[in-house]
Amino acid sequence: MTTFPGFADPVLDGQAAFRAVLQAMSRPGLVQRLPVPPEAPPGLSPAAAALLLTLVDATTPLCLDAGAEAEAWVRFHCGAPLAEVGAADFVLNAPLRALSPGNEEEPERGATLILEVSALEEGAGWRLTGPGIEHLHRLRVAGAPEGFLADWAANRLRAPCGVDVILCAGDVIAALPRSVAIEEG
Amino acid sequence: MSGYNFAYLDESTKRMIRRAILKAVAIPGHQVPFGSREMPLPYGWGTGGIQVTAAILGPADVLKVIDQGSDDTTNAVSIRAFFRRTAGIATTESTAEASIIQTRHRIPERALREDQILVYQVPIPEPLGRLEPRIAETRRMHAMADYGLMHVKLYEDIARHGHIATSYSYPVMVNGRYLMSPSPIPAFDNPKMDRMPALQLFGAGREKRIYAVPPYTSVKSLDFDDHPFRPIRAPHACELCGSRDTYLDEVLTDDVGGRIFVCSDTDFCAERQAMKEAAE
Ligand SMILES: [Zn+2]
Repeated sequence: MTTFPGFADPVLDGQAAFRAVLQAMSRPGLVQRLPVPPEAPPGLSPAAAALLLTLVDATTPLCLDAGAEAEAWVRFHCGAPLAEVGAADFVLNAPLRALSPGNEEEPERGATLILEVSALEEGAGWRLTGPGIEHLHRLRVAGAPEGFLADWAANRLRAPCGVDVILCAGDVIAALPRSVAIEEG
Repeated sequence: MSGYNFAYLDESTKRMIRRAILKAVAIPGHQVPFGSREMPLPYGWGTGGIQVTAAILGPADVLKVIDQGSDDTTNAVSIRAFFRRTAGIATTESTAEASIIQTRHRIPERALREDQILVYQVPIPEPLGRLEPRIAETRRMHAMADYGLMHVKLYEDIARHGHIATSYSYPVMVNGRYLMSPSPIPAFDNPKMDRMPALQLFGAGREKRIYAVPPYTSVKSLDFDDHPFRPIRAPHACELCGSRDTYLDEVLTDDVGGRIFVCSDTDFCAERQAMKEAAE
């Protein structure tokens, strides 16, 4: 059991959060604010908690290492089975290269990495190009894991297979679909 | 609204469709399987498009539905009524006012914006299906980006007719990687898909596939250097608004062979007529 809540309005908050994720995934590097639960459990940022409530359920193996309170919360509100990193559809905070990239015939089985960072800011930092971007989007990511951009370059070489990333900080997100190219700012 | 969940579908079905949509966006032009649900409308009425719309729709959305460019066919009217009843949302016939446009067989003439989403109803998602009926083989072709068969088919068209005879469902390459069916829109509309500012989502209910073209993504109609793709329209002006750059329908006016050409996009035509009247 958990004493920490889910969305105040599961249907409408879930819809609004999904549209923010869809917007983020369609326009890589644009920062989107999510509706978040009134209080996130210890071990999860509000945005990561909102993403799990929006996307994860009993049909999606989940890998997270965020402590017992977060695990109890996920079990109660999402019902997701916990899995090893390589067997999970959704993974919280793990090295990019550890996740499943899908296969050539089913690239959609490539997993989604939810990665908590300390801050996201548009207009400076990394230079993003690719589908969803008219010319160039810039995204400053504070607190990305060491070697993330090298891992990202390797991820792109596996196209159309690969891992998609949703970055979270506080109650905002930005997405990096596998199709986006990133250069250091 | 009692007895329904918001927008008809239950939350676990919406989550499943939403996950498929996100993967479709991340892999432009790739067909993502999803667990299509029975809908209270028959196949052929756009159950794939309806499920995509139901999974993305929120209370602030304004929905437009067109069928062959028209807002007032039975199909379009029924789908709008369905979402007004199950989601309590506003609907419109104006392309400019809509935040979500669900369409069968046309892309609106008015250029779409970044804050709009275009949802296509797709009867047959597999562009290679008529050339290669084995599903395992078409999957392999997509995996290998082996599209020689489609080029051969188009070249046979040229040998037989002197030009590419395909005028609907004309196949496109998305982001230089996946061959995609644009759904049965006229080839005239294909260029509108290329680098469109709006997100384009495609739902096939019977075949249980979702695919997508993100904003500002390259969409190229297949062609050859010596036979470039040409969008074709009837060489007439619209009888009602005078337009010479829109897609026209031929309409019989009597039973002795009288006929006129009018815009297929009724909202665009009405807007042009109003502009013309204001100017006079
Ligand atoms: Zn007209």
